[in-house]
Amino acid sequence: MRISLFVPCFVDQIYPQVAWSVVRVLEELGHQVDFPEGQSCCGQPPFNTGYWDEARTAARVALAAFRDSEVVVGPSGSCVAMMKVFYPQLFKGDSQELEARELAAKTHEFSSFLVNTLGVTDLGAKFEGKVTFHDGCHGLRELGVKKEPRALLANVRGLELLEMAEAESCCGFGGTFAVKFPTISTAMDEVKCASILETGADVVVSNDSSCLMQIRGMLDKQKSTIRSLHLAEVLASR
Amino acid sequence: MSDGKTIILNRIREALRENPAPRPHASHTSSDQEETPRDHTPREWLPKVGERLDEQIDLFARQSEGLKTEFHRCGTMEDARAILSVLVAEGAWKKIATHTTPDTSALLEKNRAEILKTDTGYQIDDLESCDAGITGCECLVAQTGAILVSAPSAGGRALSVLPPHHIIIARTSQMVPDLTAALELAKERYGNKFPSFLSFITGPSRTGDIERILVLGAHGPKRLTVLLLED
Amino acid sequence: MTTFASEFKKMAGRYTADLTHRAFIKKALSGYYQKRDDSKASFQSWQGARDLAAETKYEAVNHLDRYLVEFAEKIEARGAKIFWAPSAREARDYILGVARENGVRSIIKSKTMTSEEIHLNDALEKEGYGVFESDLGEYIVQLRKEPPYHLVFPAMHLTRGQISDLFQKELGSAPTDSPEELTMIARRVMRRKYCEADMGISGANFAVAETGMISITENEGNARLTTSLPRIHVAILGIEKVLPRLEDLALFLPMLATAGAGQQMTCYNTMYGGPRQPGEIDGPEQMHVVLLDNRRTELLADAEQRDTLGCIRCGACLNVCPIFKNVGGYSYGTTYQGPIGSVITPHLRGLQDWKHLSAASSLCGACTEACPVKIDLHHHLLQNRRNAAAAKPVMIEKISFLGFAWLMSHPSIYHLAAKLGRVFQPLHPIVNGTFLDPLIAWTRSRAFPNLAPTSFHEQWKKSRK
Repeated sequence: MRISLFVPCFVDQIYPQVAWSVVRVLEELGHQVDFPEGQSCCGQPPFNTGYWDEARTAARVALAAFRDSEVVVGPSGSCVAMMKVFYPQLFKGDSQELEARELAAKTHEFSSFLVNTLGVTDLGAKFEGKVTFHDGCHGLRELGVKKEPRALLANVRGLELLEMAEAESCCGFGGTFAVKFPTISTAMDEVKCASILETGADVVVSNDSSCLMQIRGMLDKQKSTIRSLHLAEVLASR
Repeated sequence: MSDGKTIILNRIREALRENPAPRPHASHTSSDQEETPRDHTPREWLPKVGERLDEQIDLFARQSEGLKTEFHRCGTMEDARAILSVLVAEGAWKKIATHTTPDTSALLEKNRAEILKTDTGYQIDDLESCDAGITGCECLVAQTGAILVSAPSAGGRALSVLPPHHIIIARTSQMVPDLTAALELAKERYGNKFPSFLSFITGPSRTGDIERILVLGAHGPKRLTVLLLED
Repeated sequence: MTTFASEFKKMAGRYTADLTHRAFIKKALSGYYQKRDDSKASFQSWQGARDLAAETKYEAVNHLDRYLVEFAEKIEARGAKIFWAPSAREARDYILGVARENGVRSIIKSKTMTSEEIHLNDALEKEGYGVFESDLGEYIVQLRKEPPYHLVFPAMHLTRGQISDLFQKELGSAPTDSPEELTMIARRVMRRKYCEADMGISGANFAVAETGMISITENEGNARLTTSLPRIHVAILGIEKVLPRLEDLALFLPMLATAGAGQQMTCYNTMYGGPRQPGEIDGPEQMHVVLLDNRRTELLADAEQRDTLGCIRCGACLNVCPIFKNVGGYSYGTTYQGPIGSVITPHLRGLQDWKHLSAASSLCGACTEACPVKIDLHHHLLQNRRNAAAAKPVMIEKISFLGFAWLMSHPSIYHLAAKLGRVFQPLHPIVNGTFLDPLIAWTRSRAFPNLAPTSFHEQWKKSRK
């Protein structure tokens, strides 16, 4: 299958290794990965803040970038939800509505794509350590991704999954919310990190790098030695 | 000058005119559009209830336990009287309120406490000073352990809530499987001449308003006893 | 200048900093989660029940005129008086009028958020009436002269020690740390009030069109006493409370109990169809039903958010909301707290004044998932943000996002900007966490990650071409 990679802007700038892990996993499965270079940001920051005209301007870039793609796969529940769930709303009544719907239909979150589209759960990965998994809210509730990452982690040799009590609780990122209401966002982050700590895990894993940025921010502030990794990085480990 | 009714109804009609809201999307089916009206009976979704009477009585008994309702199956009226006399003795009851039905009368036959009957009305303070209230009911609901009472079947509105101990006397023929059946029964019985008061009583009065800790007997009865007689 | 938004931020800051309070609320809710899940599990299908509940409310709300008229005609035929109140003031005036005309002295109330919404107690007390809240939690916050903290659990923020102190001061009772004893103190006080009151004021959870009844859900029995003993019963309810059929209660009563309190059924679910009827021995001589609009029709006119009128005020969305759990009930400054309050308050009290509540959410969607009638709560928060920005954009945001959108639609300049960011990044530690830090909103409490030495874009270009 020819798979177009959708790399969210902050993954592009801050966590390129996450994108490479996705490439490695998909290529090892024998698929051909391309990266449409015209892509930038999906438009979620202005969309979530209420500036839909500006969001559409950014989103049109994505529509153009992925126009010829067969399937689009991205390593972020949040940014994929933007395309899959919110583009059709954002473009309702717009001349590009149909195109937005087409992109929504062919775009997939990474773990969901592996399990539900490709039907793979064992990637031959090896990762020694105790891991706890954080469900990014958009992946969990907009896309219904819950079992998929766990099915994938269950087949990683050497990995022990320790569920945290607050796995489904929001980390408090929420895009511009994190800087508009830093005290509330931080309080949520504290709840999340306390729950991570409680499990005794060495690594916190998620399918969303934006959540991990928020969680990492708190763990670093607390000088915690717990590592944070994207699911793709774990699945690409040998 | 338009009155409140006209103003509000006009606002509603204006708001709804040619302005359809998106239909709620079903989470349990795959079909996007459901144009046909659905069956409004919630039975298939609500907690399951067995068809046989003994299953329903068992379920009612289990629910009662969880609710802290004191549920007794009584073979005969004599058994019911024995339970009552223990309660009267234990609580040193001086005054019991009730209303007249064949079963309440039979239950109180050999009782020695003072009786207040609400059949033709009562003084509030008089009723308030009673140690217990004994009533009949419309039906028992196996599904939830609820008892449906009404003004005519329970001696008015207050008899079943003002005294600190409420005793209900019922017959096995009054058991219905679920809330739907209870409401259907009320409709059949009263048609469009409903009493002004119908209530599902599900356990003794309770509150969790202080630190979410359960306390029985907030404002209503601290204890609820159900005496179930065979027909 | 103090605005609703600045007040919210101030209060939210204070409450989030209060770790004891946060832990207390978390503990108070932990028992609820367990009981709620047990009760849900007893359903053959909770999701199926939600679908049916949403459908039923959809039908009721989208034919609101028809069902309201049916309800009113049926209950009027049995002697109740209906008052249609377009606004809060008209509702208050009517109830004051009923009290005045009947020489009322003492008023007992059972829990009604609708009366909080119209500030009924203030109006009655100003006219000299003694008004007593009978719900234990409401009574406690009334003694403290506070509004309810939570629309279902009004006093959930208070410890037994605080309540004991309060009772000692206000009622002269002996100190105790037993919730049971405290409850009994309130029970004894309230018993006298029920017996003496000549007017009882209640809310309603549902109004049944088919049979002309209101339905009240409670656990304590205070609503039953409020509606049984006084000679006048006034019920106040929003126009959205109507359900088409009596049998709909078979669905809504257990759902409300499950979502609201983690019970399969609450203790009392009572249906009132009028004042005392011929042949009945007790109950009020008069029953007045106040149907309140108070801008609910504005919500109705917004087809996108019309489903919010299906709300049964169970409080489930508050109980799961990470914002509520951290900022608490008082930060909102609204009658209805939590996600549902954040969604509807802008409609009821003005979008620009209350849009900050829609912004104060990470849009995690826990509320929508918990809602028993499937109100699309977190998406409505997004819509409020969109509507607020469209009606009156915040200049700094508008300019930022115009710039952002322009940058994102000019990839080569965007990549150049990112490179520039890498050039300046080494300077960040110098200002990190200070007022000069452009990222201060983030870095005050969290570490900010470094940009990668090169972007994925650059790395891909280099390695794959």
